[in-house]
Amino acid sequence: MSDNKKTYWKGIEQLTNDPAFVKNAENEFPEFLPISDNEEGGSSRRDFLKMMGFGVAAVSLAACEAPIRKAIPYVNKPVDIDPGVPNYYASTYVQGGDYCSIVVKTREGRPIKIEGNELSKISQGGVNAQVEASVLSLYDNERLRNPKKAGADITWEELDKEVAAKLNSIATQGGQIRIVSNTVLSPTTKRVIEDFKTKYPTTQHVVYDTAAAEGMLVANEQSFGKRMIPSYDFSKADVIVSFGADFLGTWISPVEFTKQYSKTRRLGDGKKEMSRHYQFEGNLSLTGANADYRTPVKPSEEAKSVVALYQALTGKKSSIANIDKAAADLKKAGSKSLVVSGSNDPAVQAVVNAINTMLGSYGTTIDASKPVYYKQGDEKAFGTFVADAKAGKVSAVIFYNCNPVYNTQYGADIKNALAKVALKISTSDRLDETADLVEYIAPDHHFLESWGDANPSKGVYSFVQPTITPIFKTRQVQESLLTWAGVEKVDYFEYLKGGWETTLVAQGMSWDKALHDGVIEISESGTETDTGTEEEGDWVVGPPASASIPDAISKINTNYKSSGTELSIYQKIGIGDGTQANSPWLQEMPDPITKATWDNYLTVSQAWAVENDVTFVEGKSNMAKLTVGDTSLTLPIVIQPGQEKETVGVAVGYGRTSAGKVANGRGVDVYPLISKINGMSSYSVMSGVSVEVLPEMYQVAQTQTQQTYMGRETVIQEATLGEYQKDPGAGRYHPHIATWQEESGETSPGNLSLWKGHKYKNHHWGLAIDLNTCTGCSACHVACQSENNIPVVGREEVINRRDMHWMRIDRYYSSRPEEEMSESEQGMMDSRKLELTASNPEVTFQPMMCQHCNNAPCETVCPVAATTHSTEGLNQMTYNRCIGTRYCANNCPYKVRRFNWFKYHDNSQFEDVNTYMSNDLGKMVLNPDVTVRSRGVMEKCSLCVQRIQYGKLEAKKEGRRPNDGDINVACASACPSDAIVFGDMNDKESQIYKMLKIQDTEKADYIIEKEIGEPRAYHVLEEIGVKPNVAYLTKIRNKDKA
Amino acid sequence: MTPKISLTRVLFFVFFTSILSFPFISSAQDEIPTEEARISEGESLFKGNCASCHKVHEKLVGPALKDVYDRAPSIDWIVNFVWNSQKVIASGDEYANALWDEYKPTQMTAFPTFSRDQILSILAYVKVETEAGPAVAQVATDATTGAVSAGDAIPSFYLNTIMIGLVVVLVLILVVLILITTVLRKYLNQKGDLEADDAEIINSTFSLEGLVRSKPFIFLVTFIFAAVVFKVTINQLFAVGVQIGYAPKQPIAFSHEIHAGQYEIDCQYCHTGVRKSKSANIPSPNICMNCHSAIKTESPEIQKIYAAIENDKPIEWIRVHNLPDLAYFNHSQHVEVGNIECQTCHGPVEEMEVIGQHSLLTMGWCIDCHRNTEVNTKDNAYYDNLVELHDASSKEALKVEDIGGLECSKCHY
Repeated sequence: MSDNKKTYWKGIEQLTNDPAFVKNAENEFPEFLPISDNEEGGSSRRDFLKMMGFGVAAVSLAACEAPIRKAIPYVNKPVDIDPGVPNYYASTYVQGGDYCSIVVKTREGRPIKIEGNELSKISQGGVNAQVEASVLSLYDNERLRNPKKAGADITWEELDKEVAAKLNSIATQGGQIRIVSNTVLSPTTKRVIEDFKTKYPTTQHVVYDTAAAEGMLVANEQSFGKRMIPSYDFSKADVIVSFGADFLGTWISPVEFTKQYSKTRRLGDGKKEMSRHYQFEGNLSLTGANADYRTPVKPSEEAKSVVALYQALTGKKSSIANIDKAAADLKKAGSKSLVVSGSNDPAVQAVVNAINTMLGSYGTTIDASKPVYYKQGDEKAFGTFVADAKAGKVSAVIFYNCNPVYNTQYGADIKNALAKVALKISTSDRLDETADLVEYIAPDHHFLESWGDANPSKGVYSFVQPTITPIFKTRQVQESLLTWAGVEKVDYFEYLKGGWETTLVAQGMSWDKALHDGVIEISESGTETDTGTEEEGDWVVGPPASASIPDAISKINTNYKSSGTELSIYQKIGIGDGTQANSPWLQEMPDPITKATWDNYLTVSQAWAVENDVTFVEGKSNMAKLTVGDTSLTLPIVIQPGQEKETVGVAVGYGRTSAGKVANGRGVDVYPLISKINGMSSYSVMSGVSVEVLPEMYQVAQTQTQQTYMGRETVIQEATLGEYQKDPGAGRYHPHIATWQEESGETSPGNLSLWKGHKYKNHHWGLAIDLNTCTGCSACHVACQSENNIPVVGREEVINRRDMHWMRIDRYYSSRPEEEMSESEQGMMDSRKLELTASNPEVTFQPMMCQHCNNAPCETVCPVAATTHSTEGLNQMTYNRCIGTRYCANNCPYKVRRFNWFKYHDNSQFEDVNTYMSNDLGKMVLNPDVTVRSRGVMEKCSLCVQRIQYGKLEAKKEGRRPNDGDINVACASACPSDAIVFGDMNDKESQIYKMLKIQDTEKADYIIEKEIGEPRAYHVLEEIGVKPNVAYLTKIRNKDKA
Repeated sequence: MTPKISLTRVLFFVFFTSILSFPFISSAQDEIPTEEARISEGESLFKGNCASCHKVHEKLVGPALKDVYDRAPSIDWIVNFVWNSQKVIASGDEYANALWDEYKPTQMTAFPTFSRDQILSILAYVKVETEAGPAVAQVATDATTGAVSAGDAIPSFYLNTIMIGLVVVLVLILVVLILITTVLRKYLNQKGDLEADDAEIINSTFSLEGLVRSKPFIFLVTFIFAAVVFKVTINQLFAVGVQIGYAPKQPIAFSHEIHAGQYEIDCQYCHTGVRKSKSANIPSPNICMNCHSAIKTESPEIQKIYAAIENDKPIEWIRVHNLPDLAYFNHSQHVEVGNIECQTCHGPVEEMEVIGQHSLLTMGWCIDCHRNTEVNTKDNAYYDNLVELHDASSKEALKVEDIGGLECSKCHY
């Protein structure tokens, strides 16, 4: 560290040393008192309470008779359910084209937590934030409880009768029927739709994707004669070049890619090589933040840089930074390289295909013989549908779990056109923007209540099984469609099972086993099932039609013209396309990059901000008026380091008007701004963009500025790969403290202690976090919230710095120190210098939770011993003992303790945001093994002590020691990059023991008889000698020089 | 304050017991045998037949048998009572009826097969035990031999006699003193030539008002009052939420006495979760139906179960054992791993007609048990290393406390 002179900063305000920031940073809590309701006379309420205090105490003492509590057993206990014992079921998360194989934890018949399914070769036990949060949508109070006709409840029988009659009359008159949906991964659902089509031959199935990748389908069709997306294997790539593809966050199959990517980033165990990752993009994406070399490029330049790379590979030098370097590396890596692009333009994708072919990636990192089906949208068909509907040519439309009025750029058109459609049906689970406009709503089950299957890629099938009895009078869409198609006594389960039986029998598998595992793989040499997804037969990748490349390049040159400010639309990691916008967990999940919650905003570069006089005072910033063509939107500005200076970015998924009280009115809807390039929809808007900075100020609720480390730069320790290869301990900082006890005159701070230390005879739990594989995706964050009943506090309270998350992902930017700047740069004005530093910083993510210090500063200051140390290394927090002095939080060097300023559950003040603790339905998601904390107590990461206790008990019952892996904390089990490893440091067989190379030492003076032998491992703030049980491994960047 | 109270209590108790036992000491029955053989016969009979309900020094299901040969009206009475207690009670015997009032409805099992001699042997054993004193005290003195001299082992009877003698002597002295002062005062008054000061001393009148108004008195009274109020409040506060003895009327008059006691149905048969889950589980009606589909089908109480099944409406039992939500308790940890008997916490359920809360269920109660209970480490590889480490550093058995059983996050998370 001593040779690392980089400046680390958490945000622009820290970099500029904004006085307000400095002042706030020094305070643990904002100085204002938590008196809230000014408009309702908050102070009088408090006075009233004070006066009532004694009276209430007296009355409650007198009325100490305990309330009668009931114990109600089942009438007929299901054999598989034992109250108090969780059951796990394999299932599948499918949301449009998003796919993840999952295991659902249920308690007393209700799902409470989602984990990854280790048996899946695609998601490999990983999940992402949206998957984790999907369990909450099951208990969303906004879900429809009944089928509806024109806004009024109706019975299924009536609805079926009316719909079938209308469909029949339309069909006999030859009227056109359309089923509109997002990508359908389920082969059996496709069969249902075929059945429906047989009954009503005028039916067409129109598929669209909210984040389209049709450009790839088309490009592959042109290049190889097949409309498909190949499967990628990042784990085999030594060099990865991505042009705007956020493959770790939102692109195609992020969980799968993160798993693969992390394998190439992991070091140790003799592995001293890692992949090198180049990223070219306009906004700073999660993927870009993880890249070794990142070049900010305008959307218009992004396509040109693909061309530039193509040309660089053929020997032509490029002016775009890092292109030549990338080309050289790619050439060196040969077939072990992978180039991807997030563009939806077939021309760009054609060039990408040409590059990959040139490098020989097909067969190693790209498997074209195993296509994936995540994106099946057909924009042309969808456009035709919109046009037909507008022309009144469509008589009936069924919106199958999709919301095109909101999440396409044709929203307004569809809205108008729907007036001309005679029969409109939606199967939405809520009264969303589209369902609002239809006559009949036949609400679908939640996926956790449904039967189903999915076919994410060739030969891979995944099953969906219900984990709860349907809560409301909803019905599976497949059953609805079959009923309307005239099938008597529909039972979709039998339909599904019947369809699978022959296939499974042919493969020698049983239905039960398939359901139990959740996933099956069928070696399909042409014998694809009756899914109709793919044509038969294998095919071999030939060279792309090279003639098409010059054509593509010329198209790119005509289509991409730079024009001042450009807009780059993106999806956020949490909210995604906005389908799950009503999930308070996702709304309050800080965006990994901007650390903002509850809003979308215009990200601008520091240079742009200076140029346009954007002020940034006390966390507040100007609003901006964003105009594209004739659409204008007003939204707040966030200054984003790493943003290309003439590009502004904004996320979709916000501005919902009809999603539920959590999401409605949050942010602005930018779907209407989506443009068209080369006939395909594009998230890049390159012309007609203007931004006007407004005088109004607005504060985006960011968690970024809180909890800074006050310049203690030993928090992040990093090195380059070259340094690491020479010295595995490169980048490490070893603090020393002067002492007379040692001959050398100094010793490590851990050796000097007031405390006697602890003896851990039984277990010694610990965490190891590899900063090199952590991508910052925040899956752990939501998993922790779900596991530990963490309340959601809402935008205002986040601004008040009262967010309750037990773990946070600290995001640090780093930039060159001033000394290293060139002379001309040093002579610049401060604001110019700032622009330079903020133009393209390096990013490091650091998951931060309670460090479970062995010499915990919080324990020594608690006046009531509410926080104590366990014999297993845990720093225990006892809520019922806590009296809320907050001394512990003040004394915590890591600032990981959270104080309950309010009673967040059953509190009308928070019922709009903390929905799942405010109504009976929502409360069903709470983990019954974890206390719901009340006002006035401190809380923090418990290292999932409930899981530890459960795992130990299971082992004791079987009369054995717990095996490594039996017990896993929520964050580690969710992690798609396996960056977090939990285990017993006393167990010599455990992964953490081996990973940290723990050595027992006889140094008895300080009684933690262990030392970490791994040179990369360090403790954050080691110099203060608190001896945490959480260790971090240094971040290694595959850069030539730091 | 507490030692004061307990001391007075002890004195009071000692005083009364000795007064009660005094007259009988001389009338100890000579009929009771003293031979070693008879005593050991009595011991084996006692242990085989009586011990399940009686102890010598403690009240169990039946009264303590200490001194019974002295307390009971006669040896014959005892013999008759053992043969058939209900007959003696029915005969209107005063002593027997007093006992019945105290212990009903528990009847003493009749032992008509015992011979008179056998009963006398039992009494011989009881007598020996009575004279030996309570076993606990013996153990206690044994354990502390170094500190306590052998002379302390005086039977309580002698102590009582000495105490009573002392009290009598003190009373006598008091009487004599009062007599002397009265005589002296009379004499001095008759003398008539006293100085005013001396007269005042002799004829000093006791002023109640003065005493009441005196500062020390007011202080003392206030102090005692405040202390009593404080103590009562503390006691009441400690009792908040403690529902010991809570035995609400249940929707169905289910008797554990019949099921667990009389028919000896294993607890687990109905409480299926007790070895695998945190909750022991209240049985669902389908478990009841295993038997009651055929047994006692006409009973109105059983009909309620049928109704529940027919209407698909669960039976809403009243929860008896309520732990606060902030405490995590796991049955399987205690029953399956710890091998704790259900009765340890739930009390003699097999004798409860209506189930009630037997234990305090307070945190102090939990902690006490964790301090005293040895870990069931037998045949459990989980504990092997722990036992080894513990034995290396301590001679005591491995207690729950030693493996973190008192730590907060064992129960609170």
